[in-house]
Amino acid sequence: MKPLLSIAAFTAVVALFPLVTDSGVHLNFVMMALYAGLMGMAWNVLAGFGGQFSFGHALFFGFGAYIHIIAQLSWGINPWFAIFLAIAVSALVGAVVGALSFRYGLKGSYFALVTLAFAEVARILALSVDITGGGVGLMLPLKPSVANMQFESRVGYYYMMVVMVVVALLLTQWLKGARFGAYLQAIRDNEDAARAAGVDPFQVKLRAIALSGAMMGATGAFYVQVFQYIDPAIAFGPQASVEALVAAIVGGLGTVWGPLLGAVVLHTLSDVTRNLFGALPGINMIIYGSVLVLIVMFLPRGIAGLGVSVRDLFGKKRS
Amino acid sequence: MFDLSILIPSVLNGLTTGAIYALIALGLTLIYGVLHIINFAHGASLMLALYAVYILHTKFGITPYWALPILIPGMFLLGYGLQKIVINRSSHGRDENILLVTLGISIVMENLALLVFRSDTQTIETDLTLAVVEIGPAFISTPKVIAFGGALLSSLILYLLISKTDLGRAIRAVSKEKAGARLMGIDVDHVYAMTFGIGLAALGAAACFLLPAYYVNPQVGSGFVLIAFTIVVLGGMGSFGGALVGGLLIGVVESLGGLYLGESLGQIGIFLIFILVLLFRPNGFFGAKA
Repeated sequence: MKPLLSIAAFTAVVALFPLVTDSGVHLNFVMMALYAGLMGMAWNVLAGFGGQFSFGHALFFGFGAYIHIIAQLSWGINPWFAIFLAIAVSALVGAVVGALSFRYGLKGSYFALVTLAFAEVARILALSVDITGGGVGLMLPLKPSVANMQFESRVGYYYMMVVMVVVALLLTQWLKGARFGAYLQAIRDNEDAARAAGVDPFQVKLRAIALSGAMMGATGAFYVQVFQYIDPAIAFGPQASVEALVAAIVGGLGTVWGPLLGAVVLHTLSDVTRNLFGALPGINMIIYGSVLVLIVMFLPRGIAGLGVSVRDLFGKKRS
Repeated sequence: MFDLSILIPSVLNGLTTGAIYALIALGLTLIYGVLHIINFAHGASLMLALYAVYILHTKFGITPYWALPILIPGMFLLGYGLQKIVINRSSHGRDENILLVTLGISIVMENLALLVFRSDTQTIETDLTLAVVEIGPAFISTPKVIAFGGALLSSLILYLLISKTDLGRAIRAVSKEKAGARLMGIDVDHVYAMTFGIGLAALGAAACFLLPAYYVNPQVGSGFVLIAFTIVVLGGMGSFGGALVGGLLIGVVESLGGLYLGESLGQIGIFLIFILVLLFRPNGFFGAKA
């Protein structure tokens, strides 16, 4: 019950936050940190629990974003339904990529490279076909109303993000304890042993990448709704893939809270730098890249792993 | 559509680009073959080398081909240092960690370039910029012809270095049997760093031949990195001849794809080859065992 209590407490704190601040800057900061955390959580499902490192999660982000906006613009679907369509398609794309890569036994670095190539193919296709608007991108017309999922103030989007993050937290917590999650972690730790014990690695990894893709697709849909614009570089470019993996790795792979923690730390760092040096081009990514290198070098279990190491030091058993 | 007067120039252009691709891929495949790691920062390192050539030319008036004696040792030192100081300490027993660290390095390099040079695309003009060489029905620009020859020559030197020298013997020994090489008194960490350095030095040479016929911007490396991976996978990870043939092949595929499908869609051919080869022939077509 304790983990659920932490999630409840977290929900209460972030849900009450807009009541104690009028500052749009603070609200935006927390919202974007949660948003990056959600990307990290999506990546964490596949990499942290399943041990499959993807370099192309932008593929799912982009599909989520494009389906969400195209469903509204071209097919006249209400955004409240479109977002579920976007999530479903992203899950399907995950399943297709997974079916191809896992069927042929791609692992480790090869899997990372093939996911990157898939994202690149999607980016070039999005540049070349009509329905995505090509390089010009697609714009979501401003029609503020709750029915259109366009809120008068930032607070509406903020609560939307909170709901998504809480769902993701519950999913991750479930994954940690459930049979499916146990299979997934067994495959991560030793695929051959898991297979010998009767686990079907292909099926389990396939479900994991679909779930991960669905979560990433949700962030894509959210992005489009908030910024009301998408183009192939934003959708399928490396930025989204990098943000997702850095948040998860910095926070701690295979933990429930790691990706959120990582996202908050990274956002705080980039905020502090922005205040110190002003808005320099690329400075955010320089921080992300440096932190990634330092964490992999010195703290391969992430910040959350630091707590575990300290506990280990004092001889308590890990929970 | 299959008019030879269009086809031949396109194939020749593809071969010149392909030779540069091959040289870039050789560095990557050498690092992979010996250290068994994938250097994701390969493209970003090339971008840095291109900027170095650009600055030497615009600020110091050094022609790109005369920059070779500066770029080759410079890039070698960068590679030696990166491997010895950062990459060597990052694996913790997992290949993916190397990929992550080199990804981090490439992000830092690309965005530092963005910070310093902004996102503008830069080209240089040399005495040879407008010169062309006539080959049959084709006019190929002289810088491209020089790039072709230079890349092949560099590849040959690289091959001789690996196959004929003591250093090459040590590198091959380490790549085959690390523990055994260590017992023979080879300093494995030093050989690793040397190999990484040589892999990046190849990029230094490639940059000098490439810039007069090409351009540089902070993102230029990310285009090359996937192409280099494709070539390396196509040729078989760690295979020298494979990288050479694969590079020329990909250059021609890209050129013909651009001719018949248009510039942006033509690129898709490369990535599709990459995905298909990874899925069906992850050991490549030239036999080297992954």
